[in-house]
Amino acid sequence: MRVTCTVNGTTRTADDVWEGESLLYVLRERLGLPGSKNACEQGECGSCTVYLDGTAVCACLVAAGQAAGRDVRTVEGLAPEGELDPVQQAFLQTGAVQCGFCTPGLIVSVHDLLARVPHPSDPEIREALAGNLCRCTGYEKIMDAVRLAAGSPTEAGTR
Amino acid sequence: MSSTVHVGLAATVTGGVGASPGRPDGRLKVTGEFAFSSDLWAEDMLWGATLRSPHPRARITSLDLGPALRIPGVYAVLTHEDVPGRRLYGLEHVDQPVLAAGEVRYQGEPIVIVAADHPETARRAVNAIGIGYDVLDPVTDPEAALHEDRAPRVHADRPNLLRHVPIRRGDPQATAAVVVTGEYEVGMQDQAFLGPESGLAVPAEDGGIDLYIATQWLHVDQQQVAACLGMAADKVRLTLAGVGGAFGAREDLSMQVHACLLALRTGRPVKMVYGREESFFGHVHRHPARLRYEHGADADGRLVYVKARILLDGGAYASSSGAVVANAATLGIGPYDVPNVVMDAYGLYTNNPPCGAMRGFGAVQACFAYESQMDKLAAALGLDPVEVRVRNALHTGDRMPTGQLVEGPAPVEELLRLVQSKPPAGQADFPPGGTANTTRGEGVVRGVGYGIGIKNVCFSEGFDDYATARVRLEPVGGRPAVLVHTAAAEVGQGLVTVQAQIVRTELGVDQVTIAPADTAVGSAGSSSASRQTYMTGGAVRAACQAIRSRLLDRIGGRPDGLRLVDGQVLDEAGTVLAKIAELLGDEAIEETVQWRHRPTHPLDPETGQGDAHVQYAFAAHRATVDVDIELGLVKVVEIVTAQDVGKAVNPAAVVGQIHGGTAQGLGLALMEEIQLVDGKVRNPSFTDYLLPTIMDMPPMTVDVLELADPHSPYGLRGVGEPPTISSTPAVVAAIRAATGAALTRVPVRPEHIVGV
Ligand code: FES
Ligand code: FES
Repeated sequence: MRVTCTVNGTTRTADDVWEGESLLYVLRERLGLPGSKNACEQGECGSCTVYLDGTAVCACLVAAGQAAGRDVRTVEGLAPEGELDPVQQAFLQTGAVQCGFCTPGLIVSVHDLLARVPHPSDPEIREALAGNLCRCTGYEKIMDAVRLAAGSPTEAGTR
Repeated sequence: MSSTVHVGLAATVTGGVGASPGRPDGRLKVTGEFAFSSDLWAEDMLWGATLRSPHPRARITSLDLGPALRIPGVYAVLTHEDVPGRRLYGLEHVDQPVLAAGEVRYQGEPIVIVAADHPETARRAVNAIGIGYDVLDPVTDPEAALHEDRAPRVHADRPNLLRHVPIRRGDPQATAAVVVTGEYEVGMQDQAFLGPESGLAVPAEDGGIDLYIATQWLHVDQQQVAACLGMAADKVRLTLAGVGGAFGAREDLSMQVHACLLALRTGRPVKMVYGREESFFGHVHRHPARLRYEHGADADGRLVYVKARILLDGGAYASSSGAVVANAATLGIGPYDVPNVVMDAYGLYTNNPPCGAMRGFGAVQACFAYESQMDKLAAALGLDPVEVRVRNALHTGDRMPTGQLVEGPAPVEELLRLVQSKPPAGQADFPPGGTANTTRGEGVVRGVGYGIGIKNVCFSEGFDDYATARVRLEPVGGRPAVLVHTAAAEVGQGLVTVQAQIVRTELGVDQVTIAPADTAVGSAGSSSASRQTYMTGGAVRAACQAIRSRLLDRIGGRPDGLRLVDGQVLDEAGTVLAKIAELLGDEAIEETVQWRHRPTHPLDPETGQGDAHVQYAFAAHRATVDVDIELGLVKVVEIVTAQDVGKAVNPAAVVGQIHGGTAQGLGLALMEEIQLVDGKVRNPSFTDYLLPTIMDMPPMTVDVLELADPHSPYGLRGVGEPPTISSTPAVVAAIRAATGAALTRVPVRPEHIVGV
């Protein structure tokens, strides 16, 4: 089948899409946008998080056909070419990136959290990111990154 | 939450050793542009897929490839008969078939590989293959496997005992006033890196193959792939693709040979990417262990003897089991000074999933047991758990049970006192059970526990362990610039950052580029055993020093005390003598160095005596937990940790390693286990194999000591593994303190706490 949707502000079309393909597969393998990651493809890790019509979802759980005619925004489309979104900046600054496989999904999730709750408390951050696994960082610097992006004071001596 | 670096000198060079410059790959990683091994793509590429055994032990009675070959879009269907070279591979023993021939020895063993034009076509082809099995009773109990009369051989041509490492120190008959014994069990943990096994094999015009792959050691892969393909090593060229975490799980081959076989057969690039379920079958795991300990102490709590027996289940193939057994044995009494030791560690073949390297490598299992024993001893003597540890703490100048002298700093006591001295933890963000509202605080009890561990750094037992670095200093646009080329695998730990920092410090050149890691340069050794900053860092530093020396030869008279700073040569007084760019002219200076740590030696096969290890590293943890004693739910409230890193080459990265390692130890304490029933994995998914989430992890306080090791570059000590080792026993001790439950097995389950 043919799937047309808006991706990062541009109308994109994928041909010969097999009906079992996920939005994640189409983004990664057909539209040349491998930024969204494929750590589990079972809806358990959040590495594939994208916006679908403004709502953060796991792209691996969305059938490609379901995305037809809708608006998709991926990690590649968070900031204009050559620039970084404040969330991306904060991840870099706090050392929240190690292997980086969880990073794109986490960045979209944090972007979404801060859009809804500009100054989240620590428990709010933890609840909002409970679906994003990271195997490298133990999440401490990810907490720092979110606090920094939210402009909240981190505790003294964190970095 | 806080992290403090003690003692060390501040960085003297911007972005140099001791500073925390950002990762060179960081920007690509936050924008999604960084190319991981599963992101690769080539014109005309095919997708590979693997048929795996559903049985832990069976004979293959029939195989019909026809139905798969008839599916349109299928380009190749290959079996063991299509392996042109050596049909077996393995890190220590060459015992593992590239594709099973006649017999399968674990569930998930690869039998047939397929290449097709779409991953779904490849999957369908795999499912279409006709295969018959004669299912046999698997050997699943390592204790039975130890006895030839209680279990059949897993490999007909060798006994199930893979390795036995005995250690004997002092008097085996020693007796003591206070004796505590215990039996412990550690479940099978998975590395669970997020980036699945994947890579792209591209057939080359010279008949060779180019493989883009996520691995921990390019050259050991190259060697093994070349042998299996029956090709010269220079025809098999590997380039490191982006690695989404490793933790030991990428030491062994997964799809490397398979993708190359398919690419060579079809003449087209072949990509293979494991899904999460397949990944659980695609790599080795941490050895499950059964451990029996007896500790004897005098009335003051000074250890007189330790007797221990450790059984490690190696699963169907050897992988690195031999070295894991040696680690468990040599590090198995912990960072304590004990005059009399009787230790026996065994590694066994079974039909369980193969086990090999995982962060902590044999030291993890033992630490859970010996630290549980130290708590038991403290209780028996009415001593504080930290006090009993301090009374037995290893110090510089003491000897390990192997007889090896502990030469470098051994701040066991200091680390324990550091974590003990922190203020008590405050309120938890969540009660046990998280936001599920299982309690409002009734039945919730707090507990505090301690753990300390010891780990060897670098490869041991006489292994010829080296790293290669090619460094080139050249003028670029009138300014000096440096290119570093190594084969060292960046797996997330930050090695690319560290290499550039070393160059800046040694050569005073700001502009440093790290070339992609590949096999066009000599081996860097493995990104494991906490060794890469030590080894590849050491090689880069040595190459820089050789360049520096050649550069300074160009200064007349070559006065003493010259320094390279900010692209200039300064004398002792700080006067600028020359610009590096001027000294270079149009010429580049290049040096390739192969660098080795000081040699180690094998263990005596009967007594386990020998200077087997290069360096020891130590970390301590204090864990505070809240336990819902009715439901058996645990919330870790806080973890305090302290580690000696010798020199924090990149303090931010060091702290990041300590956080991440601590989290993996917490995972083993509370939730992470591959559950096996009759050799079959019951939970190969992130739905059922639980990893710590951000809700499970508490705030962590990190203290970093910098007590220089006289033998290592900059005095540094390997960082990656120690934090994984002692966080497990600390968390369990805290639960024991809260509940009084015995808790002799990890991961701890709610039913162990409530006692049903
Ligand atoms: S890849 Fe979608 S949730 Fe894991
Ligand atoms: S940085 Fe590796 S999984 Fe998060």
